Amino acid sequence: METLANINETNIKNVWAALENVKDPEIPVLTVVDMGIITDIKIETLNSRLQTCHVTMTPTFVGCPAIDVMKKSIYDEVKKLGFDTVEVKVDFETSWTSDRMSEEARMKLEKFGLAPPVHIHGELTEEQLNQVRCPHCGSTDTTLRSAFGSTLCRAIRFCFNCKQGFEQFKPV
Amino acid sequence: MNTTALKELLYKMADDALIIGHRNSEWTGIGPMLEEDLAFSSMAQDKIGHALALYKILNELLGEESPDKIAFLRDENKFKCCHLVELPIGEYDFSLIRHFLFDHAEAIRYEMLSHSSFTPLAQLAKKVKGEIKYHTMHADSFLKQLAKGNEESKARMQSALNFAFPYALGIFEKGDNESELIKENIFAGEDELKKQWLQKIRPIIESAGLKLPKVEESAIKYGGRKGFHTEHLKTLLDEMCEVTRLEPTAEW
Repeated sequence: METLANINETNIKNVWAALENVKDPEIPVLTVVDMGIITDIKIETLNSRLQTCHVTMTPTFVGCPAIDVMKKSIYDEVKKLGFDTVEVKVDFETSWTSDRMSEEARMKLEKFGLAPPVHIHGELTEEQLNQVRCPHCGSTDTTLRSAFGSTLCRAIRFCFNCKQGFEQFKPV
Repeated sequence: MNTTALKELLYKMADDALIIGHRNSEWTGIGPMLEEDLAFSSMAQDKIGHALALYKILNELLGEESPDKIAFLRDENKFKCCHLVELPIGEYDFSLIRHFLFDHAEAIRYEMLSHSSFTPLAQLAKKVKGEIKYHTMHADSFLKQLAKGNEESKARMQSALNFAFPYALGIFEKGDNESELIKENIFAGEDELKKQWLQKIRPIIESAGLKLPKVEESAIKYGGRKGFHTEHLKTLLDEMCEVTRLEPTAEW
């Protein structure tokens, strides 16, 4: 016999799996799960009927313009699982830092040509901004050209080895 | 919790962020070099994001109007921003010095607020202070480079600093209910912020070879926190709010 706890566990797994279909519109190789922006999933059921799913997310940057698009896509994907209602909430209870990004996400980013953020373990130091590997040639002989790039989460760097500019996902 | 005092704090912070954000955005397309164009545009986006997050707290938790209404449909005298953020962008030297003076105050303010007894603000502050770090690093690096560039760049940075400093001191104008904020551990107060700010910026300015004007000799520009503004705010609002005011009920 299926217990209530088991049902909930399976359902929560299904929600996580559905969220793998939601991409970050600014970095289409990453899902919202890879990014670590989903901070909580709660499910309410009644007699194994899927009533409400509460998804909580936290923005990478407070002014990130992609938040509303992601919120809508999360709603659509989770709704497909058959919930009566889906509530997607954005809050800062769990604060996003780039350390929340999974190892898999970091590999995907590098393959995409975007240097992944270094682990900052708390507060960012200026030294940490200088430990970045070029995603094209792998050299660490790189420098920060501008802390601001084409999106809020990117910085512009230059590689002295392959003489190419590249972008980095900012550690924050 | 004293909501009058809390609203006073949130409004002035959000209005500062919105107005400096709008000013920063005026560099889009005309920055002195591409990287600076990007920097001021990105900082504009960050600031307007911070303003929105603060207006949301006012709206969702303290019963104020929606963020769009607060931002675009208030009269000038309802804004509580300081005069520093209202001034036109001027030359790049002024915009850079303003950014330096303002963002160091922001960094310390959000650091202080990350320990606030008002949890939603503490949570937001924890997040925002990480973003502002990039703003202060940017300001410090360009301040040093230009102050140590040549005679002309140094003189221009010093004169921009002399001009902006009395306005920057206006950031720390107290609201009527500040003692309540301190009493309830919501915010440790403008005097404390100013003290830490001076400690922070003085060594940076001096190591760049510039001179910090004396606080006691400065004609501090007060009034913003009480709703009295420079003539520049009205012009800015007329432009920023023009479209919304044409059709306030339009759906976007």
